[in-house]
Amino acid sequence: MTLTLKSILLSTSLLIATSGGAFAEMVLNRGNTGDPESLDPHKVSTVQEANIMRDLFYGLVMQDAKAELIPGAAESWTVSEDGKTYTFKLRADGKWSDGSPVTAEDFVFSFQRVVDPATAAEYAYMLAPVVNAEAITAGETPKEELGVKAIDATTFEVTLNAPTPYFLEMLTHQATYPVSRANVEALGAEFTKPGNLLSNGPFVLAAFTPNDHLELRKNAEFFEADQVKLDVVNYFPTEDRSAAMKRFEGGELHMNDDFPTEQLADMTAKFGDQVKVGPYLGTYYYVFKLTEAPWDNAELRNAISMAIDRDYLAEEVWQNTMIPAYSFVPPGIEGYQARLASYADMPQIDREDKAVEILTKLGYGPDNPLKLQISFNTSENHNNTAVAIQEQLKPLGIEVSLFNADSVTHFAMLEAKGDFDLARTGWIADYKDPENFLALCKTGTGNNHGDYSNPAFDDLMAKAASSTDPAARMGLLSDAEQIAVAEELCVMPLLHYGYHSVVSDKVAGWEANVMDIHPTRFLSVE
Amino acid sequence: MARFVFRRLMIAIPTLFLIVSISFFLMRVAPGGPFDQEKKLNPVIKANLERLYQLDLPLWQQYLAYLKGLARGDFGPSFSRPEFTVAEILQSGLPVSIQLGALALALALVVGTLLGVIAALNQNRLADYAVIATATAGSTIPTFVIAPLFQLSFALSLKWFPVGGWNDGAFVNQVGPVLTLMLPQLAVVARLMRGSMIEAMRSHHIRTARALGLSDGSVIFRHALRGAVVPVISYAGPAAAALLTGSIIVETVFGIPGIGRYFVDAALNRDYTLVMGTVIVVAVFTIFFNLICDVLYAVVDPRVRYD
Repeated sequence: MTLTLKSILLSTSLLIATSGGAFAEMVLNRGNTGDPESLDPHKVSTVQEANIMRDLFYGLVMQDAKAELIPGAAESWTVSEDGKTYTFKLRADGKWSDGSPVTAEDFVFSFQRVVDPATAAEYAYMLAPVVNAEAITAGETPKEELGVKAIDATTFEVTLNAPTPYFLEMLTHQATYPVSRANVEALGAEFTKPGNLLSNGPFVLAAFTPNDHLELRKNAEFFEADQVKLDVVNYFPTEDRSAAMKRFEGGELHMNDDFPTEQLADMTAKFGDQVKVGPYLGTYYYVFKLTEAPWDNAELRNAISMAIDRDYLAEEVWQNTMIPAYSFVPPGIEGYQARLASYADMPQIDREDKAVEILTKLGYGPDNPLKLQISFNTSENHNNTAVAIQEQLKPLGIEVSLFNADSVTHFAMLEAKGDFDLARTGWIADYKDPENFLALCKTGTGNNHGDYSNPAFDDLMAKAASSTDPAARMGLLSDAEQIAVAEELCVMPLLHYGYHSVVSDKVAGWEANVMDIHPTRFLSVE
Repeated sequence: MARFVFRRLMIAIPTLFLIVSISFFLMRVAPGGPFDQEKKLNPVIKANLERLYQLDLPLWQQYLAYLKGLARGDFGPSFSRPEFTVAEILQSGLPVSIQLGALALALALVVGTLLGVIAALNQNRLADYAVIATATAGSTIPTFVIAPLFQLSFALSLKWFPVGGWNDGAFVNQVGPVLTLMLPQLAVVARLMRGSMIEAMRSHHIRTARALGLSDGSVIFRHALRGAVVPVISYAGPAAAALLTGSIIVETVFGIPGIGRYFVDAALNRDYTLVMGTVIVVAVFTIFFNLICDVLYAVVDPRVRYD
């Protein structure tokens, strides 16, 4: 070990700076796009809430810095031969932040709580594969009938309706994290308040002032506490992205999970490789009202789709923070081969010719222009995207009108199966599996806004769901995507989302990944 | 005077009731509800949520339940922040908004009045032009420009103040928000004051005072100012209500935990109870400060009598 003058000076100045306390605490100031609505893992739904939940709680399985699945509260598990029974062995040293052990009983309680209609958990469907889960949520069956069991204090067994190869991925979702039974039963709704909340993850809740900040401190009882370098994590809500960039520049924030994409060039010039951009597991798409003419014609839908210049959208409108999309399932899921639209590789100019050809054949042209209204939720970039598409479709003789409304109004309209031709929406993966996207095209599913229905597709999805061979299953899903998306456009993919965030070069341990998940326990500040 | 105040307070009750009722039903006219979002909820789960918050009851029953709650001082739970009740959200944010707003208001009134008087007494001279120029700039540059400009110049370049954050109300964290809130108000106050002071200095009673040989100071501060300040008082009432209940722009840009943001956020999220809570706060403040104004008229202007 060599001691340079610089390091001696540095350590001396550190000592002076911290006179009073023994050592400086390592603090990470993390910008988060909004406040959590709740700190109850079973009641949260947003990405910014998931960031905090991952720090506080430890589910049966967790994700590492690269968002790969790792053992969490369970140190190991076995799956029965029929793929329906999962037996989790909990860590013997797993503890709540008050020192009490995390037991299989806590997991039974938590899983029952998630599906209980009284909890009204938005993500109750994360446990839908478990026996009786859906009937319990619907209020038809008592919650005690859920297919979960505590064999002993550290053995937890889950029984599923059918083999569900992505069940472990689903268990990385915060809705499946445990809460302490004793704590919740004693305190009721108050259990999430600072001072009350017991957590079993790397951090504990220290303070929460809405619209100000949320403070987490290292959990001394965490089984790998010695590997957690940070003492304090402060989450600052940063709804105003421009203001967040100024706070980042001023050193008040070490990282922020968003920035104004239109400033990408300036930001890269200013911050260099502290600007992080890459693919993210989500798709930005439009849906046609498939039940109404003329949108019920797949040929017409394809003509419109091929005329849209997605490269232009990605480069000019979204400044390369998005990727042109020709499939619903984004790239980045291991073992899955997405099926692209047939025109994905055609030059744009040929595509336009082909589109005109189809439109002419269908009787549309200058004398009989096709009228199309695009509905979207108000946002500058959604608007710019729609305007660009309007311009791109104009030369084909398609008269596009635009209609925007605030988010709630727009999505309420979609949900009510309202009146629209083409509507904007998007999907971010809940877990890393193609099924999470493709299920949206199944007959009668909740987010199937276009009301797509094709028995051949539903059949392939059902076969995939009961398949126990992972490779065969991925093949079936891929075939399903070919029919529903590539050929019939149950959704019209436009762009795959990209993550775009800033991370100070003082922060170590940040790893790029398609889930854009960065558990704070792997981060440190230099 | 006491009778006047009592009468006004009595009128405030039906006024508030009307405001609450109209807002309650207007809010429900907006399409969608608190649980409509990009990722559509499973209908069963949505029904569970609506049952939990009693949104499944007929609207008139919800209205009666809300009024009953209000009568007990219960503003209900927040739909968008189930962690807190509306009362808790207001309790945590309102003091912050009041603190910043009161500082901004006090500064705007004192400095604005002073600048207005200086301008009036130096009409059409350099000092006057300087005040008019400042006032025009202050009232035309929007806060969403002033706030980032402050951050860029005083925080990022000069490093005198933090860019944002509340930091438990540390003095340096308040400077930016207070200045941003104050400037537009200061501009209006200075202009109002200048106009009415010029008029007052030309009035008969001032001429009489001067003819009696009173000193300049006595003429200006004891006689002219008292009459001239009336338009500022009229303005300060609604301005106080607006300032003390927070500003969405200032709070969002500086990251301040006040209640200004909730007006817009709650409406966009269809967080009905939180919208009602903020409406009630603004209504109470508006009624209260209008009353204070009316009382102040009588205090400063001997011609105003309420009995």
